[in-house]
Amino acid sequence: MDLNFTSEEEAFRQKVRAFLEENVPRSGLSDTREGREDKEWLGRAKAWQRKLNEAGYVALAWPKEYGGQAMDPVRQSIVNDEMVRARAPYLIGGSGLGMLGPTLISWGTEEQKKRYLPKILTAEEIWCQGYSEPGSGSDLASLKTRAEIVGDEFIVNGQKVWTSGAQHADMMFCLVRTDPEAPKHRGISYILIAMHTPGITVRPLVQMTGDRGFNEVFFDNVHVPRKNLVAKLNEGWIVANATLFHERNMLGSASGSEQRFHRLLALAKTIERGGQPLTKDPVFRQRLVELEIKVQAMRLHALRQLTDQIRGKHPGIESMVNKLVGTELNHDLATAAMEAMGDDSMLAREDEKALDRGYWPYEWMFSLGLVIGGGTSHIQKNIIAERGLKMPKSR
Amino acid sequence: MDFGLSEEQQQLKDSARALLTHECPTTEVRKVMASDGYPRALYEQVAKLGWNGLIVPEQFGGAGLGMLEMAMLLEEGGYAAMPGPFLFSSAIATGALKLVRSSEPTGKWLKAIAEGKAIGTVAINDRTGSIDPRDLTTIATKNGEALRINGVKSNVPYAEIADFIVVVARDLSSPELWLGVVEKNAPGVTIKPRKNLDLTRRIASVELEGASAVRLPGEGLYAKLVDIGALAIAADSLGGMERALEMAVEYSKVREQFGKPIGSFQALKHAAAEIVSELEPARSLLWYAAYAFDAGLPDASRYIAMAKARLCDIYARGSDRAVLMHGGIGFTWEHDMHIWFKRARFNESYFGSPAFHRERVAALGGY
Ligand SMILES: Cc1cc2nc3c(=O)[nH]c(=O)nc-3n(C[C@H](O)[C@H](O)[C@H](O)COP(=O)(O)OP(=O)(O)OC[C@H]3O[C@@H](n4cnc5c(N)ncnc54)[C@H](O)[C@@H]3O)c2cc1C
Repeated sequence: MDLNFTSEEEAFRQKVRAFLEENVPRSGLSDTREGREDKEWLGRAKAWQRKLNEAGYVALAWPKEYGGQAMDPVRQSIVNDEMVRARAPYLIGGSGLGMLGPTLISWGTEEQKKRYLPKILTAEEIWCQGYSEPGSGSDLASLKTRAEIVGDEFIVNGQKVWTSGAQHADMMFCLVRTDPEAPKHRGISYILIAMHTPGITVRPLVQMTGDRGFNEVFFDNVHVPRKNLVAKLNEGWIVANATLFHERNMLGSASGSEQRFHRLLALAKTIERGGQPLTKDPVFRQRLVELEIKVQAMRLHALRQLTDQIRGKHPGIESMVNKLVGTELNHDLATAAMEAMGDDSMLAREDEKALDRGYWPYEWMFSLGLVIGGGTSHIQKNIIAERGLKMPKSR
Repeated sequence: MDFGLSEEQQQLKDSARALLTHECPTTEVRKVMASDGYPRALYEQVAKLGWNGLIVPEQFGGAGLGMLEMAMLLEEGGYAAMPGPFLFSSAIATGALKLVRSSEPTGKWLKAIAEGKAIGTVAINDRTGSIDPRDLTTIATKNGEALRINGVKSNVPYAEIADFIVVVARDLSSPELWLGVVEKNAPGVTIKPRKNLDLTRRIASVELEGASAVRLPGEGLYAKLVDIGALAIAADSLGGMERALEMAVEYSKVREQFGKPIGSFQALKHAAAEIVSELEPARSLLWYAAYAFDAGLPDASRYIAMAKARLCDIYARGSDRAVLMHGGIGFTWEHDMHIWFKRARFNESYFGSPAFHRERVAALGGY
């Protein structure tokens, strides 16, 4: 065990830090994960990812032949930490970078990798995830969107829902039913669909935050080339789960939690209760520590998993807990901040008197969305129990 | 950056698991619970393997390893509900003696521990049941190089069989708490065994009436002793929780109700998933705390306090839920579940409550 970084890694960190200090956009893009997304905003968001990519700080671990740098995961984690530290805006190409990219690297054909991966890095193609449907959420494998093979094409009909970012996505990785007769897990295929294909309609849905974050997507006789199939026909469920694995690690990532805790602590120090800062209130003080302990445990837990990854150890139950614990913790942090603010928590983000630039009301809601999205906490517990602890299936 | 166990550390842990599975099954634990809480045959075996002197410096015949390695053994001891003074003697009392740089006056005790010839323990709590320095009242007066100690220490593990006791006492003239080593057979020392809940451990009151003690030289030793004790208990809690969870999960696969294994019911699945979701990140926390302690990092105390608070909370609550998951059988004396349930309660209160350690985290973090 040795938690020191090498001098090369430290030098790399300094370089990243200096780059971010110089280049993080100070206006027009926010470090909160808000989604007020017009055309102009989108252009700025893509430009930011492009700049970061040109500097060599996006998806560092990807293979060189697809635009990556084949760097070790330690460098990637250094960049992630520095991005959080610099309060850099999140990357618009997140779904491609965090979910589809790693999936294609394991499951895609050579042609698919060459075709799609480089444009994920440059933000030329933004991806969205077409999994959930009106009748299929937690029970994802019951999905009904149909794809029939006609010649060398799939003809897709059906509907997806809660599709984040579909309003500005160029491409969708999508689960479709290709064999309605087979048992539900064995008739699903994983295909890649260009969003501008005729027959696709995107209808935005307004989230509780007031933003247009996710959408309904309708498919009416949409033609998709057969070469857009990932892995084998009717074997999409395994690929879907590979993507979910990456998604859950992304959503449960500890890197933002520490920063958020420090923001909460700083807030609590400025709030007076009974003539003293809230951090001196014996009850709230204990609560803050409970949160910090969980945050620190998750930070160290991520380092342990990074080490396992470097050592080539297969991820086990320790990584199954990330999504559940990480998203619940982020929501708990924001909830504590709302309670700390007392009746000032009534103020919406837009109000000029909102504390801490209105960060918390938005974060409080947004973080609850992530407790649901990517498989709810209940579903995570089912997975941990059944796959991790090998408890008997309910069905 | 490498945050994982080394091959040697993993081997140490695996060999401890194998040994205790074989030599310390619950049938043995129960025999010891019914007698004096000290499994002598088992201790002779682990002495041969060098467990006693694991953290004793090499110059005194030990292996010279650190608290991270010790945590591996303690975790396995917790897993097996290993009875006896090992944790108190070879981790805590030994750790206290090691705080002194010179070989005087600790060398002879360290040597005896490494050879398996002596057992030590620590006496902290006065009548209030708290390790907060403000609640410690036992008085030490200087008598040349030695101390004379007056007070009544409560709930001292294995005082009856210990050869020496590290006693925490204060001089009225300064706020500093001293650590003094009292030989158990010295005049003025009276041991009164208590009846305790967790029968895998034994405790006693220690009455000190002008008992003579050797003062351990150095400053701020008490805070370091708290670190060592908290770390040891956190490691034991990790292993204990792992075992209690494993028992509940295994039972849920075989016990049937409503025509199905009870483990197929979500209430049980979610309870088990919640425990493991807390426990695995807490394991990472413990590793870092032990690593930071061994490396002498400035944040060691803070992380140890985090690990102690977190793991003892998880163990106390988790073992409670593990009893529930067993239903009526879990409430019997005959079933083994209560062994861990009671150890969890001991751990939660020994060496500072979770709330006490959270307050340390806040204070050290400048909240
Ligand atoms: C902010 C946000 C963004 C999203 N983005 C996307 C996206 O980009 N692409 C996409 O495909 N989807 C997306 N989703 C959808 C998300 O994956 C689903 O909402 C989620 O999987 C739950 O499905 P559902 O909404 O149908 O709820 P349901 O499945 O109907 O669940 C309702 C309740 O029942 C519980 N429940 C259901 N089944 C079980 C069970 N077996 N055991 C225990 N409890 C159960 C659930 O936990 C929940 O509490 C997003 C959701 C949110 C909130």
